[in-house]
Amino acid sequence: MKYIDEYRDAKAVQRFSRAIKRITTRDWTLMEICGGQTHAIVKYGIDELLPQGITLLHGPGCPVCVTPVELIDKGVDIAGMPHVIFTSFGDMLRVPGTRGDLLTAKSRGGDVRIVYSPMDALKLAQANPDKQVVFFAVGFETTAPANAMAVYQAKRQHVENFSILVSHVLVPPAIEAILGAPDTRVQGFLAAGHVCAVVGYEEYFPLAAKYHVPFVVTGFEPLDIMQGVYMLIKQMETGRAEVENQYVRCVRREGNLPAQKIVQDVFQIVPRKWRGIGEIPYSGLGLRDDYALFDAEKRFGVADYTADESPDCMSGAVLQGKLTPHQCAAFGTLCTPEHPLGATMVSSEGACAAYYRYRRQEIQHG
Amino acid sequence: MCLAVPGKIISISGEDLNRVGRVSFANVIKEVNLAYVPEAQINDYVIVHVGFALSKVDAEEAQRVFGYLEEMGDLEELYMTEQEQGGGA
Repeated sequence: MKYIDEYRDAKAVQRFSRAIKRITTRDWTLMEICGGQTHAIVKYGIDELLPQGITLLHGPGCPVCVTPVELIDKGVDIAGMPHVIFTSFGDMLRVPGTRGDLLTAKSRGGDVRIVYSPMDALKLAQANPDKQVVFFAVGFETTAPANAMAVYQAKRQHVENFSILVSHVLVPPAIEAILGAPDTRVQGFLAAGHVCAVVGYEEYFPLAAKYHVPFVVTGFEPLDIMQGVYMLIKQMETGRAEVENQYVRCVRREGNLPAQKIVQDVFQIVPRKWRGIGEIPYSGLGLRDDYALFDAEKRFGVADYTADESPDCMSGAVLQGKLTPHQCAAFGTLCTPEHPLGATMVSSEGACAAYYRYRRQEIQHG
Repeated sequence: MCLAVPGKIISISGEDLNRVGRVSFANVIKEVNLAYVPEAQINDYVIVHVGFALSKVDAEEAQRVFGYLEEMGDLEELYMTEQEQGGGA
């Protein structure tokens, strides 16, 4: 496939591996934010191609993983209500809440359906006027334009039986929370390429300056990640803390302006609770007052839920790069994809799921 | 969730927010909303995420990493030659 295969070329990847070894003179700790990048790294063994002193930490870039457990409970309850069609992206279905997951709700008779796009949910609402169609709007900045468009169109076309359960989070506040933590080890960031395709990378300049940490906007194929790591190490070795773009074929500095316009019309910045981390101010998106009618929490009266996490689940630490999945006592034993304790084991982008799938045994470096 | 896949636009219909295209991903064709890439035309490649094109793939920029690799290849040969000759002083 064009724009994929050539970025998986083994020889080119090896060339970057050798180049990185040439320029690395000391130990460095890097973090990649996006779960999609985490999976590529573990799947293709990219971290094994790096010099031993380079540590790649996996960040909280998995929107499914950071959705607070009480939001799952809200979804489960709404799905159990009569005349409701509850729609969601596939990987939300098996994330455990405190009273089961969405699949459990389905097995109890709820009409829970997987959709590929929020527009599919909107079409379902138009096709089923006697039902309430709810869409679980989970995601980072990458998904916000699609979710915003569904609500934007719903309002203009008067689709009153449509609403969304919002769990939108923003990347830069999470980065700032990680960098601001007293025990932070991160010295450089691989920024999420598709998030930046939407919002651009202007926001990283003040972060780079404030914390003296370099950022490289990076793609998702092995070659992209290797080049991103190369560019990051090159900066760190020369004491620079700048913002660079590796993913130039898809990302422009200002991002996607038409997409940003619709997102800003529909959503506003709100504080959000991140599962396993806690509340981070200005870190999420919520519907603006103009669109309050489409807020499923208000429509179904589930706004005031609270819930506690399983004490055995170390997702929070894993999401901040403080623990690898192997270091969690429950990994592979109490917690597996078949019976997950937390979202990092369920989500297609979760670090625990990636390690379970591609790296069951810890690799011992010779 | 942030995974987006590059595909080629085969046909386009509609306008503005309802502009949609049939996009081919290695012969699997899907309908994709093109509202956010008004500049994209037939035969362009776009990055698609949950049914929306988020960015047009810039063919020229896409080549850049390969140019970079070629330069690195030259540097590497130089490095290897120096090594063979007993390295720098």
